[in-house]
Amino acid sequence: MFASLSDRLSATFKSLRGKGRLTEADISTTVSEIRRALLDADVAVPAVRAFTAAVRERAGSAEVSQALNPSQQIVKIVHEQLVEILGGDSRELTFAKRPPTVIMLAGLQGAGKTTLAGKLGAWLKEQGHTPLLVASDLQRPNAVNQLEVVGERAGVHVWAPERGNGVGDPIQVARSGVEHAREKFYDVVVVDTAGRLGVDAEMMQQAADIRDAVSPDETLFVLDAMIGQDAVTTAQAFADGVGFTGVVLSKLDGDARGGAALSVRTVTGAPVLFASTGEKLGDFERFHPDRMASRILDM
Amino acid sequence: LLSRGDLDESDWEEIEETLLLADIGSGPTDELMTALRTRVKVLGTTDPEQVRALLREELLTLVDSGMDRRLAVSPVTGDDGEPHPATVLVVGVNGTGKTTTVGKLARVLVAEDKDVLLGAADTFRAAAADQLSTWGERVGVSVVRADREGADPASVAFDAVKAGRENGVDTVLVDTAGRLQNKAGLMDELGKIRRVISRHAPVSEVLLVLDATTGQNGMRQAQVFSEAVDVTGIVLTKLDGTAKGGIVVAVQRELGVPVKFVGLGEGPDDLAPFDAAGFVDALLD
Ligand SMILES: Nc1nc2c(ncn2[C@@H]2O[C@H](COP(=O)(O)OP(=O)(O)OP(=O)(O)O)[C@@H](O)[C@H]2O)c(=O)[nH]1
Ligand SMILES: Nc1nc2c(ncn2[C@@H]2O[C@H](COP(=O)(O)OP(=O)(O)OP(=O)(O)O)[C@@H](O)[C@H]2O)c(=O)[nH]1
Ligand SMILES: [K+]
Ligand SMILES: [Mg+2]
Ligand SMILES: [Mg+2]
Repeated sequence: MFASLSDRLSATFKSLRGKGRLTEADISTTVSEIRRALLDADVAVPAVRAFTAAVRERAGSAEVSQALNPSQQIVKIVHEQLVEILGGDSRELTFAKRPPTVIMLAGLQGAGKTTLAGKLGAWLKEQGHTPLLVASDLQRPNAVNQLEVVGERAGVHVWAPERGNGVGDPIQVARSGVEHAREKFYDVVVVDTAGRLGVDAEMMQQAADIRDAVSPDETLFVLDAMIGQDAVTTAQAFADGVGFTGVVLSKLDGDARGGAALSVRTVTGAPVLFASTGEKLGDFERFHPDRMASRILDM
Repeated sequence: LLSRGDLDESDWEEIEETLLLADIGSGPTDELMTALRTRVKVLGTTDPEQVRALLREELLTLVDSGMDRRLAVSPVTGDDGEPHPATVLVVGVNGTGKTTTVGKLARVLVAEDKDVLLGAADTFRAAAADQLSTWGERVGVSVVRADREGADPASVAFDAVKAGRENGVDTVLVDTAGRLQNKAGLMDELGKIRRVISRHAPVSEVLLVLDATTGQNGMRQAQVFSEAVDVTGIVLTKLDGTAKGGIVVAVQRELGVPVKFVGLGEGPDDLAPFDAAGFVDALLD
């Protein structure tokens, strides 16, 4: 495998210690190493361009050339910038002043929404809430059964008035789910929706209609950490089509470097709130910007 | 891409960006750019249209290196000299479209008048076997499944192949649970599924399902799955979205495993044979 960025940069700078200012060639090598590391991590091309421009500027500064170890200093600067972008505006989930709080899940096919619904259910329950999961994916074969199974595992009720598989109105299910929660005093409603593509106008409209029917307090965009450059286009499409208040990065238990975290943050400004780290109910944690930055930089 | 007059640095940057944005990867992009610059220099061309055509040519050579993209789905003769159904094992990371692809493939085979049986060897994910059963009903094919959640997936696969043989079917398609390639235990489990099947019938195909939205991690997926179960073909799903699926360019080249099918939607007819020219044109679009 490739040496990590720090190793490669250290090699570049070995001869350089105590030499003072970096030459133009040193800077170019540094910039291209960082560029490659970011591209290999699936960081969006425009973001990579902005980063390398910033690195080029700062590499010539005294802060770098006078450092004991210039390579480490540069990596530190990039790392800090990544943490800043990834961590800005980090916050807790927003709960409604008058329950029930409504959390809507949205994202591409197979991103991890239904699994997340179960995880959120278990987590909310653990925190003393009484959550209800709502089966508004009536599209994917047996999505309703799947939600029922994860709900059962989580010990959380599921509102599933329709069996799905192409039959039933997901907007109506979402609406009746929230009404049911209000009547029966569930204080948080998690609405699972079908996976959809950003380019599918009809399905994006459906998502907007579900949103309008339940007025969510949070709309969470679930994004697979393995996604490549399409993260930008897709995040933008969901931001425009449904709008979202937060991001959940899924499948972070894999070995993808996860540059998409940066893409979605820079394109939409929405904070990453949670990380999904496995297939089981408990594999769910808060998002850690510093860990993510190290991961992207392969440190 | 390249619509103005003579080429300058920003034109080159634009070309490079097109490739990077398609998830071709930094290494292969550098190589393509070098090759293209050399050819442009040799030909002395400054016509953007011509450069574009050259790039298309380079990519097409890279993508379509005369690989055999047919699927082995006809009954085979085993070591025992007896006829066996062709067995197709479908593998990949979580949520890429394995179960859906099994359903669509069954549809294709049924249309070719083949006798098909499905094996639900995903005994782990919630309602995975139900999902495959729904697909079986949709396309008119029987499904062998465990009678309980959490059953041994290898024994379900075994039962499916055995039933396929006893009933004289042509092809058995085995769906497996999604697994991330860095989970050694789950990869071992997959190896076991393959071994157990091969005790009953030669494994004709192992299809790795890659999601077109996947970035550079796709290469890792292909490497590790190939080591574990000897992948014979790739199915590139979700190409109906905005993602280009460029990672398969490096995957095909480095592992010599061809893309055999592409997934173009969630319906039973949304599976098509891989078409290199169409893929390259979409990539450059
Ligand atoms: N390893 C791992 N697998 C996950 C994670 N989250 C979800 N999965 C798996 O990913 C696959 C897809 O998850 P789902 O929850 O069905 O995804 P979805 O977004 O609801 O999919 P659609 O409803 O079809 O759009 C399943 O195999 C899940 O078990 C995660 O954090 N890590
Ligand atoms: N747009 C589109 N969606 C697809 C395609 N193939 C599969 N899907 C959808 O992607 C999601 C996941 O598909 P599955 O077939 O369940 O994926 P899987 O690999 O079996 O998932 P696990 O078993 O959980 O690992 C579902 O919502 C499918 O409808 C495709 O080619 N295009
Ligand atoms: K596409
Ligand atoms: Mg779902
Ligand atoms: Mg499946």
